[in-house]
Amino acid sequence: MKSKDVPQDDADMMRGVFREPVYSLDKDGNYTTVKSVGWDPKNEVMQEAWDVVNEKIEDVKNRVLQGELSPIAYYLEKNLMDVGLLAKYMSLWKWTVKKHLKPKNFNKLSDKILEKYAGVFDITKEELLDIKGLKE
Amino acid sequence: MNKVLNFEHKQSAHCENGVVSNLMRFYGIEISEPMVFGIGSGLFFSHMPFLKVNGIPVTSFRPLPGVIFKRISKRLGLKFEKHKYSKPDKAMLALDKNLENGIPTGMLVGVYHLTYFPDPYRFHFNAHNLVVYGKKEKDYYISDPIMEEPKTLTYDDLKRVRYAKGTFAPKGHMYWAKNTPSNPDFSKAIIKGIKHTCKDMLTIPIPMFGVKGIRFLAKKLRNYPNKLGARKAASYTGQIVRAQEEIGTGGAGFRYMYGAFLQEAAEIMNNPKLKELSYEISEVGDLWREFAIITGRIVKNRNKADESYDHAADLLLRIADREEEFYKKLQKAIK
Repeated sequence: MKSKDVPQDDADMMRGVFREPVYSLDKDGNYTTVKSVGWDPKNEVMQEAWDVVNEKIEDVKNRVLQGELSPIAYYLEKNLMDVGLLAKYMSLWKWTVKKHLKPKNFNKLSDKILEKYAGVFDITKEELLDIKGLKE
Repeated sequence: MNKVLNFEHKQSAHCENGVVSNLMRFYGIEISEPMVFGIGSGLFFSHMPFLKVNGIPVTSFRPLPGVIFKRISKRLGLKFEKHKYSKPDKAMLALDKNLENGIPTGMLVGVYHLTYFPDPYRFHFNAHNLVVYGKKEKDYYISDPIMEEPKTLTYDDLKRVRYAKGTFAPKGHMYWAKNTPSNPDFSKAIIKGIKHTCKDMLTIPIPMFGVKGIRFLAKKLRNYPNKLGARKAASYTGQIVRAQEEIGTGGAGFRYMYGAFLQEAAEIMNNPKLKELSYEISEVGDLWREFAIITGRIVKNRNKADESYDHAADLLLRIADREEEFYKKLQKAIK
């Protein structure tokens, strides 16, 4: 690719934090890097992946609101985790975390465990317990 | 403790290359990112349908994390001290001690909780490399190779990313240069690096790797719409391009970066054939970018599958042929 052809298609994927160096050939045929803010096909595939994630989060949120799942299920999706990873952060067995995804078990959890979950999700215990707050 | 080392931060495309390049510069050895990449045999291809991340088969344009680092150290005779710590506070103390002794220190961290990372790029990937080169009051000075400028992290934030959990959990792993050779033999290392790349791309006797892997992927991709339905087929195909163009590849799944390496190598070895080949791999890179453009369209019209999948698969086969020819020529060029 020629340096002058390095795409600059900004879809705000990098939130203005940085630009990515792309290797390319300058007019004398020497390799150099050009900083790029993005490229449409890449923006497209990244957006699609995030759409899939967000649809899943939305779906789980509704199931939490309907009382099918505990709020842990929602925050797990929101933090892009799976049960295995969350179990590691909690130092619990996988099946224990799975149990906590059910509202009836969640309602029996001690303050200590709730605090720990909240800490992993970067929220307060109150936020974790506030199911109605998810509606907003 | 207040101490900030005189460490020059230079941005690179890929973190592993960048950390090695920046650390070596601190010790007076100039080695560019493409050089690290080429000597470390960073160019690769694999498609592993049974290995899935978030339910999607893994396609990769690079070897496993840490491999480039290991190979370049061996081939240039760089010695690193490496440590892991079971207790996070101990890991932080060891870092402080290093800084006090004037040693810039590389480490592995998880990306998800890196506070300066833009949101769309934050996911649970634990093999990211950066260098800590100073501490002032509560802040650590961070040279993160993929950032344009140096960053800072608080004690707690740094501790958190050093103890990210999951696959490749870093467990406080850190490393620093023990001794650096005064006059490394670049020519010898370049030849070793090239030979290894050609061997990996041409001769691994399993269909998932190297040039065979590209053909294997072409076959799979052609069947995606029938096998998976339009929506899922688009997700699977999109993942290939995300790996190809993700942060760190420098464009076209590292193919352009490899061209930069060959051009530099041509100069060092006084071998014009390598320069010719540096242009050839740039053309191959252009084909990969064309593949990404088709994929972009597939993903955009994700709810209906059309003949684009055949075009994409045909293009992959063309790429495989071009790459095969390229590695064979490359092998001859260094004989």
